[in-house]
Amino acid sequence: MSSSDNAFLTALQLILHMDSDLFSIVTLSLQVSFVAVALAALAGLPLGAALALWRFPGRNGVIIVLNALMGLPPVVAGLCVYLLLSRAGPLGQLGLLFSPTAMVVAQFVLVLPIIASLTRQQVEALHDEYAEQLQSLGLSTTRMIPTLLWDARIGLVTVMLAGFGRASAEVGAVMIVGGNIDGVTRVMTTSIVLETSKGNLPLALGLGIILLALVTLINALAHLMGETAKRRLG
Amino acid sequence: MKKIAVVTSLSLLSLTWGGLALADDDYITLASTTSTENSGLFDAIIPQFTDKTDIDVRVVAVGTGQAFETARRGDADSLLVHDTAGEEQFVADGYATERLDVMYNDFVIVGPSDDPAGISNSDTVNEAFSSIAESESPFASRGDDSGTNRAELRLWEDAGVTPQGEWYRELGSGMGPTLNTAAGMHAYTLTDRATWVAFDNPQDLTLLFEGDDALFNQYGSLLLSAERHPHLKHDLAAQWHEWLVSEEGQQAIADYRLNGQQLFFPNAQ
Repeated sequence: MSSSDNAFLTALQLILHMDSDLFSIVTLSLQVSFVAVALAALAGLPLGAALALWRFPGRNGVIIVLNALMGLPPVVAGLCVYLLLSRAGPLGQLGLLFSPTAMVVAQFVLVLPIIASLTRQQVEALHDEYAEQLQSLGLSTTRMIPTLLWDARIGLVTVMLAGFGRASAEVGAVMIVGGNIDGVTRVMTTSIVLETSKGNLPLALGLGIILLALVTLINALAHLMGETAKRRLG
Repeated sequence: MKKIAVVTSLSLLSLTWGGLALADDDYITLASTTSTENSGLFDAIIPQFTDKTDIDVRVVAVGTGQAFETARRGDADSLLVHDTAGEEQFVADGYATERLDVMYNDFVIVGPSDDPAGISNSDTVNEAFSSIAESESPFASRGDDSGTNRAELRLWEDAGVTPQGEWYRELGSGMGPTLNTAAGMHAYTLTDRATWVAFDNPQDLTLLFEGDDALFNQYGSLLLSAERHPHLKHDLAAQWHEWLVSEEGQQAIADYRLNGQQLFFPNAQ
């Protein structure tokens, strides 16, 4: 396919001749990971903040489990979601297996513990700092959650980036629940696995370079936004 | 400010979600093997089928063992694999109602070009396998219950060898990764010809033995049981099943060439 053995040249050629196949693979990768991270943030931010503020029996256990799940092997997450969504599984009726939605679910499972755990840490630190002030304002714990989340927002952007990194980089889960179907569920990481298995190493590495470049770009944007926000806050 | 942020992110989310919703065309999910996908066969024949019937075929390419399991759980509408004994068992178990020969190619033995076991002079595949075992030359086995893996284990049995020891390495990987690893550790391996011809990273690996009748590799299409899994798209899957063995489907398979070589030979009855 490529005349050159140089991965960087291959990557450059791929970008310059951006064909519709590659474009749809890149778009799908970003869509799936973005939606998964957004949903995980919707659930994980309040969950993390609640864990930071509420004391209840078994709280330490929940924290330990969430921390441990940050290291959940993607292939295990994928297998669980596969068994859940398979026709023979409890949610089989939905017919979601081998669809982008299934990939979102799997990445959600992977990202949620990261966002919830790291949010808890950030919010707890902030709470320790401002506990007296917040209490003097007479805020209930429930009202403190949005306030503290908002105050921690710059740090939380990094938390979400960590989640996005996990989602966009993993391959074990999306391979199992998506099936790497050409034009339907093929994303950057599963393409890299496929090209490697065909022995097309320069193309595989070229795709890897593009993926890395995209993630770098997203991180750079987030960093710029953070810097701007900090400056505005003085 | 907070509200704006929430509204913005929610609308962004729904936009992205809308983008994910797929066109609701007719399609079937086909569980098949990596050899048919990696060699480019499906890219060549599926568009012809789709042109004719407006049915898209979505291929999930896995090992034959996993393909059977996918179909058994009701997650695929159709099955195209290469393990005749396993396919017949699948029909006998009631998961499929019909099995048809579609095409064949053959397995070949590849290995390091200096051929430490001297198999290129072997007359039969039994002799080749015995030489590898006797010289304890490294052999990379798929070890993943795929069609190729099952064929390989039958060949050891035929050669009267129990493959075990330092030299016999079960990788638990697909054909491509196994070829990559075999190239890296100067090992012999059994591969289907299609994957071998399509493989771009042979390094020092070269084709050393071919042509024995025992290396015949038959692919079959299975019509899944409507009784067992009523929710599957049986009508559409039947059209694909019949097209594969039709004159047109057989011609499409015969016409496919990679690097000037025909990789699959239609042989529907």
